[in-house]
Amino acid sequence: MMPAALPDAVTPFVAFAALLRANGFAVAPEQTTSFLSSITLLGPRSLGHIRRAANATLAPPPERHEEFDALFDAHFLGAVELGRETAEPDRDDMRVQEDRPGGLEPPASDDINEAGQAATTAEALSMRRFGPADEADTLRRFQRKLPERLPQRRGYRRVAARRGLGLDLRRAMKEAIRNDGEIFRLPRLKRRLRRRAILLLIDVSGSMKARTEAHLRFAHALVRAADRIEVFTIGTRLTRLTRALRLMNRDQALATASGLVSDWDGGTRIGDALQAFFAVPRFAGTARGAVVLILSDGLERGDPKAMTDAVRRLAARAWHLSWLSPLAADQGYRPETAAMKSILPHLDALADAGSTERLCHHVLNLAQPRGA
Amino acid sequence: MAVRAKVAGIDSPEALVHALTSAFYLADDGLATAAYLALALGKPLLLEGAPGVGKTEAAKAISGVLGRRLIRLQCYEGIDAAAALYEWNYPRQMLAIRQAGDKPVDIYRDEFLIERPMLQALRSPDSAVLLLDEIDRSDHEFEALLLEFLSDFTISIPERGTLSARERPVVILTSNRTRELHEALRRRCVYHFITYPAPEREARIIMLRASGVAEETARAVVAAVGRLRREPLAKPPGIAEAVDWAEAATVLAKGGASWPDAFRRSIGVAIKDEEDNVHIAPRLDAIIQGAAA
Repeated sequence: MMPAALPDAVTPFVAFAALLRANGFAVAPEQTTSFLSSITLLGPRSLGHIRRAANATLAPPPERHEEFDALFDAHFLGAVELGRETAEPDRDDMRVQEDRPGGLEPPASDDINEAGQAATTAEALSMRRFGPADEADTLRRFQRKLPERLPQRRGYRRVAARRGLGLDLRRAMKEAIRNDGEIFRLPRLKRRLRRRAILLLIDVSGSMKARTEAHLRFAHALVRAADRIEVFTIGTRLTRLTRALRLMNRDQALATASGLVSDWDGGTRIGDALQAFFAVPRFAGTARGAVVLILSDGLERGDPKAMTDAVRRLAARAWHLSWLSPLAADQGYRPETAAMKSILPHLDALADAGSTERLCHHVLNLAQPRGA
Repeated sequence: MAVRAKVAGIDSPEALVHALTSAFYLADDGLATAAYLALALGKPLLLEGAPGVGKTEAAKAISGVLGRRLIRLQCYEGIDAAAALYEWNYPRQMLAIRQAGDKPVDIYRDEFLIERPMLQALRSPDSAVLLLDEIDRSDHEFEALLLEFLSDFTISIPERGTLSARERPVVILTSNRTRELHEALRRRCVYHFITYPAPEREARIIMLRASGVAEETARAVVAAVGRLRREPLAKPPGIAEAVDWAEAATVLAKGGASWPDAFRRSIGVAIKDEEDNVHIAPRLDAIIQGAAA
């Protein structure tokens, strides 16, 4: 197609792709081409054809379908676009905040700060940053040690090994060719060990206020050191922070993360937040076989039954579930609240989150044989 | 891009709906349009949706309509090239070398190549439909492996060079959305998100799929299943469960059970999770009563 001479009839369709991009949808040039070809193919005999062709080729993610439809109507029907921000209903049910519409895969390294917004917030946060120097030291040591200390599981993929059950026919063949078809020893395969995934849930409610910043710094160290990890904050809503925390610069990462969380120091509805976590299949999937860490004091203001249910489900999926509470720093701490008492049987560990050092110590020792 | 307006006699989404219906699959306009466009544009079709909305069934029906055999590759964590693309038949290569003695022997001929599903589809594009099922179960590395295949329909074998398809094979991918797929993969495909069907359509599906289910039964099951899907369940019943439930209740009713009782006793085919059962038990009577009304 000659770019200089776009036929008039094509313009609105190309413009629609541009409109989508301007609204944060990822539309590749080849998708626009497919869109145009589909419209040619379909006739189009009605607006429904165009809408369905747009849906099929421009592929909006299902959770943004309504937004996509609104843009479509605005563009092709000239409908007045409603102010989306103001129309957001203030419902009571739990809302889920994703850090970016892109989803769970790791970001293309440095693309988050392009907009420049992060830099300004970074400044604001760095003013009230007072992480003690020895904490930074602890975290550095933690980051270095973590990869080899994480719990492991046997993966499905097999790698060459000196001993093992499977025969490595491919390598045997290669060596046989080298030796004129003679086989001197049988190369073997074994199943590779893989590090377990980590799921970190941070309580950001008012009662945890004193520790929240330290917890985020800990989360950042963890994200930088582990390859398969998801981080969420729980408070009055559920917010995914993994992407933001992947930034290498800690201050930038924390600034971006704190920009995403909108329920700082609010109430605690751990049960509802966890239910919201289970409601999104690809979030819930991250708990399966994972090391799950919950940083919370467990002072639930919502329904304790919802929290117990959610923790039980979490425990059923997780490989190991630790509840890390700042209250447990006290030697004589015994769970008093109904919610904490009822989740106790489901926990693999209830440990001290009073200091970053204790946290790091706990995570580094997860792979050690567990006591009964 | 090789655009073919007519594939196997199908020249519009409406024609595809018709053909799929005769293959016992009731497709809505969105799915039919996406599937037709995928066929016509020669692109892979990516179907996403909750478990049990009929993604795999759609692929089976499409292969039936085209009169092609379905090559199914079930994805799993750790799936690799040897399972998806090709593998050399090492024992035979070894024997060939032994037998050849001093003579040179080409051990990378076709007879030593074991075709795995993707290579099979590449080699017989006009007689097969490739289904890459539950692609979200595989890992990121496998998605990257797919990119070459899905954009150019070529497979590179180091010992042989690049094999390409004579014509573009029909490829269907399904995903349960347990994790987000890579943008590069989504971009190469024609996309459709399958939702649960509207009650009217679901009732027709049940009657089409189940044998000897009366229309009232089908409607009642659809209404009940619709209510169940609104409950916070770990495993909401899919279409297959609805079909089974209608069939099971019909069997029990023929054995002399009264209708509400037949539904209640056969709930096990619709709800397959103990916690869900516990949650739903106190509400079940109301749901069944409401659905039968």
